This record gives sequence, structure tokens and C-alpha cells, in this order.
Amino acid sequence: MTEPGGERILLGHGSGGRLYRDLVNDVFVTAFANPVLDRLDDAAVLASSGRIAVTTDSHVVRPLRFPGGDIGRLSVAGTVNDLATAAARPLALAAAFVIEEGLPLDELRALCASMASTAEEAGVDVVTGDTKVVERGACDGVFITTTGVGEVVVQHDLGAGSVCDGDAVLLSGEIGAHAVAVLAARGEFHFRTPVESDSAPLWRLVEAAVAAAGPGLRFLRDPTRGGLTTVLAELAEESGLGLEIEEEAIPVAPGVHAVCELLGLDPLTLANEGKMVLVTAPEAADAVLDALRGAPYGAGAVRIGSVTAAHGGRVALRTRLGTRRVLDMPVGELLPRIC
Amino acid sequence: MRTSAEALRGLAADLAAEAGPGGTFMEVCGTHTMAIARYGLRELLPPGVRLVSGPGCPVCVTAMRDLDTVVALCGLPGMTIATFGDLVRVPASRASLAEARAAGADVRVVYSPLDAVELAAADPTQEVVFVGIGFETTAPTTAAAVVEARQRGVRNFSILALHKTMPLALEALLELGETPIRGFLLPGHVSVITGSECFAFLAADHGVGGVVAGFQPSDILEALLMLVRQTAPAVDNQYTRAVQPQGNPAAQALMDRVFEPCDADWRGLGLIPGSGLRLRAELADHDAAVRFPVDAGEPLEPAGCRCGDVLRGVTDPAECPLFGRRCRPEAPVGACMVSSEGACAARYRYRGLDD
Repeated sequence: MTEPGGERILLGHGSGGRLYRDLVNDVFVTAFANPVLDRLDDAAVLASSGRIAVTTDSHVVRPLRFPGGDIGRLSVAGTVNDLATAAARPLALAAAFVIEEGLPLDELRALCASMASTAEEAGVDVVTGDTKVVERGACDGVFITTTGVGEVVVQHDLGAGSVCDGDAVLLSGEIGAHAVAVLAARGEFHFRTPVESDSAPLWRLVEAAVAAAGPGLRFLRDPTRGGLTTVLAELAEESGLGLEIEEEAIPVAPGVHAVCELLGLDPLTLANEGKMVLVTAPEAADAVLDALRGAPYGAGAVRIGSVTAAHGGRVALRTRLGTRRVLDMPVGELLPRIC
Repeated sequence: MRTSAEALRGLAADLAAEAGPGGTFMEVCGTHTMAIARYGLRELLPPGVRLVSGPGCPVCVTAMRDLDTVVALCGLPGMTIATFGDLVRVPASRASLAEARAAGADVRVVYSPLDAVELAAADPTQEVVFVGIGFETTAPTTAAAVVEARQRGVRNFSILALHKTMPLALEALLELGETPIRGFLLPGHVSVITGSECFAFLAADHGVGGVVAGFQPSDILEALLMLVRQTAPAVDNQYTRAVQPQGNPAAQALMDRVFEPCDADWRGLGLIPGSGLRLRAELADHDAAVRFPVDAGEPLEPAGCRCGDVLRGVTDPAECPLFGRRCRPEAPVGACMVSSEGACAARYRYRGLDD
């Protein structure tokens, strides 16, 4: 049955038969065309010489599209960025779709086009995939799981264990935009905002930082769910070192403060989808900042603090007022104020 | 509306210079409590000036007996309970709403009571009860939801009205006389609705000053400065960009159309005559208290919990023996550690390095 507004996904599209084959060719092969995918083998074969990084992430977001992005862009950028935190150049992506019966085919095409353009930006192909269709109501339009394989471009170990007293803590740009854009797009809070999601693939940015820092690069992590606060608290806990962070140095996207004041939210705990926290040796910090600022999505890069041997395991935030407090992970979901 | 760090430090210096003998000031709004903790404002206060939290967190002041009623309601067949998120995790006598939900009850978190009307409209076979908590800030939207449900004929929507009004609670607190309060930081969001004039009795009848304050650190410091500068008790308004002396007449009229005053039980303060809002009798078909009477049994307060004392400003959160030990945000014993607007949760989450 074709409803007004065009063709829709049917349960039969997940059957593995003719409808399924047509969907794969019409939508996925068209969007992601590349020599590996085009063979339509059950497994993609890749060549690599160095250390390999692997990551996987399921993407669920309501609504599917929001200002500044959509679930397609998120699903590619999120996995590229997770690879980037291991200083891994993305080699290939796999994408698995769980689609709700009734999703307009044009919507799926648009999301795949968004995935393809984001992947192209990151210099990576979608080389294999899978599709399941579930009954109406069993998922929110479409869930997309992407798995990424990357080649690690540094020789040394990155991570909290490599961080040292005196290191610099850098942030690639303004925080808070993604969470606010999605909250506004949901419409539950009845506010409008010009804020757009920062969703972006950060491999080029990280590549520039790696080139500038060399062995001085210690740690990379993207502040997604839980926000900047969670990444910093995790870094302190995992390294056993303390962090000194300057609140005034943390750039917050325009419009985010206004929404936070309205709803009683803390910008530091809001999710981002196109930001990176970097820790570098102190002597590498300036060169890395210059490199970040010249790279895509890094124009707003700043130093936000330092690693210290004092107050190990805890993050000290110096507020705009000059007072100091512990920066702790948020507990549970973010709720708007009712007072 | 952000003020430079330099200007903020200037305000703090003025406060230190002009605080005189100091004294105890009380904030009575959960959003103030959060802002004060988040910016570490207590650290900036001059010696002798204390800032304590009062009964300003809607979830926290909800009485145990009322929480038990909500938990009992959600055990009724065909019942959906809709509420603000913070209430779900508050420990009641026997189980929290979150535990009841895990055991199979239908408990939904909504951001607005109007969303609960939509829930009811979408499934007429299910009874939907919205638990109305909060002060004059949230009461108008609950009233709007009742009006909307009535207009649309959504008969399976009702309200458990646990709303409370702030002025009488402050009066009750002063009459208890446990803490000598030099002045109140009056709640900005409540005052948007009520206006600042309704707090004038604090100065006139009790000789205690107050300043209606906004929520930026500069607002709070400026309001404290206005308080210490008062030469005689008065009620002033710092939050002039949002608060009028007479408040919002449309919101007041809407509340008046739906609610009438009733006695209300406050955690920490007990029964305060006239300080609650119940649905008017002609709206009884949307009143969950009338439609679904339940017996929740006698309330049991958690052993050792000092939430009641904290809500009266008698005990500092850090003075509670459970604080940060047995009672933490991820495993709360008392309500004040659950809600992000609670004095204990705010203090714990934004604790100083030495705490």
C-alpha cells in the first residue's frame, strides 16, 4: 500500500527476499557506492599494516532530524570520533539499521545521504551493513548502529595512564549546542532557539593535533553524553591525578546559556557531538592549539586548564567568581527545574 | 545576561565591605540553592554572613504521607501516574515511584502537565493522574492542564493536587523562631507569578526584610547587597527584569479559577493552614483525591534523616550524619538529596575541595 507522501518501509523489506534486495540496491548501494560495498559480499575485506582500532556505537535519537544534523550524520560522526580518540584514521565503517515499519523511504534515503556526506568528509567508506525491519512502535523510526575500524597513527599509548602532572587540558570549541538543539527540536519544553547541533566528524581535527603534538599528545576523548564534566571527572579518576579547570576559559555556544537559565541546566553537563578534549605535554600545548584552530571544527579551540598532582582523582573548577569547587559527574538524567 | 568576572568580584567586595554585623540570610527557592552551590557563592561571603536554604525545593517539601499516597495510587489497576522526574526517585515509606515502576506500575515522567493531558487523550481506557507539586511557579500550568482537559472532554485525566504556596510557609518558619533570620532571598520564579507585594508582610508584620532575586550569580550577590543595605526591614525587588509588584494577573486568575486554598502538610514544617492548593469542588471529576481515595497507611520517616531540619534552615546539610556517607545522590536516603534543587544534593554535587 502506498500512502500519500510516497513509499514506506514495509515488514517485507526485512524479509531477505526481493523487497530486501531492492531496498539494498535502491537505497544503500546508491548512497554509499564504493568498490568494497558494491561487491555485496557478506563480509568486507580490508587491507591494513599498522595497529587497528575498533569501536561500535548504537545511535537512537528523537527526532530523527534536528537543527544542525540528523541521526545519519550522528551515526557516522560518533563512530569516527570514537576512533579518533585512539588517534585512529578511519579505514571503514559498517552500518546496521533497525527500521520501524512505515518509515518513509525518502526519509531513509535522506538519512543515508547524510551518512554518506559525513563519511566523505571524514575520508571513510561504509563497506558493509545490515537491515532489519520491526513492527510499528517497536523502535523510534530508525536505530543505526555503526562499527568503525581505524588505523592507529601514533606509536605511543594514549589514555589517562599517559597523562602527567603539569600537562595542558585543551577543548576544541564551544560546548552545549547539540543537547540544546535536540531538546528544542523535541518540542517538549516549548521554546525556540537558533542553536544548532555541533555534530561533526573530527578525524581531520585530531590528525592535525597528532601532527603538531607528536609524542606530546597524551589523551583524547569526546565529551558526548554527560558532557565536559563527565570527561574531566573520568580523566581525573582514571589517571589518579587532579585537574585544575578555569570556568571562564570554557567556551559555551551562543544561546546555550539562555536555555540553561530557563530550564535550570548546567552547560558543562550537556552532550556534544563535535567536540574533543585533548591533554598534551605543556610544551606541546601552543602548537596543538594552533593546529586545532587551523583544522575543520577547531576554530574555537582553547586551553581550559592543567593536570596537577594535587587533589588526585578530583577536578577542581575555578568559577567565574574565583571560588573553587569539585566538578563531579551528573547523576541520572538531566531534568529541568520546577522551582 | 552574563556579568564579567571582574564585576562579580566587585559585587563580592562591596558585600564584604558593607555586611556590617552579618547575620543569617535564607534562600527559599531550589533554583537559588543550585546557583549558590554551583558558583561557590558561600566562599565569597564575608565572615559572619551565613546563607542557609529554606523550604524552597518542591520535591523536598512534599510530605511523606503524600508520597505514600502517590505510590498507593500507582498500584491501582488501569492507572498511569504522570509526574515531574525528580519525584520518581524520592524514597517514600515503603517504595519510591521508581521502584513501583520497576515492579510494573505505569509511571511516566513528563515535563509539563499538558503532556499528561495528551497521554490521557491518547488512551481513554487508562486513567491518568498528574501529581501536581511545586509552588506558584508550577501551579498555573497544572491549572491550565485542568482547564484544557475539561475543554477537550478528556475525562480520564485528573490531578493529585499537592501544590503549595510560599508566603504562608515563610510566616510559619518565622513563627517557629528556631533560626534568627536577618533577611530572605525571595524566590524569583514564584514572584513572577505572585508579584513581590505578597511578601510585604515579612517586613510589616515580622520585621524581617527580603529581596526578590534573579538567578545569575550577579543577581544573587546584588540581592544580598540590597539586603545588607536595608536600613529598615523592607521587601525590595532586584529581579525587576521579570518581576512586577503585582505579579502576573492572568496566571493568578487561572489558579484562582481552578484551585482554592487548603491546609497542607510540609516536610519539615508540618501542617500549615491555608498553605496548599486543592481543586475547586466543581472540578471534582478531575480531582484524583476525590475519584481515587486510597489508604496509604502511616508514613515512616527514614531513620537518621535530617531533611526536615535542613528544610527549616536549622541544620546545615553537611551537619547531617548521613550526608555524603549513607546518603548520596546515587543512593539517597532523604528527599533533599534526590532533587537537583534540594539543599543536600546541591551541596554534595558542588562541594568544595576541602569538604
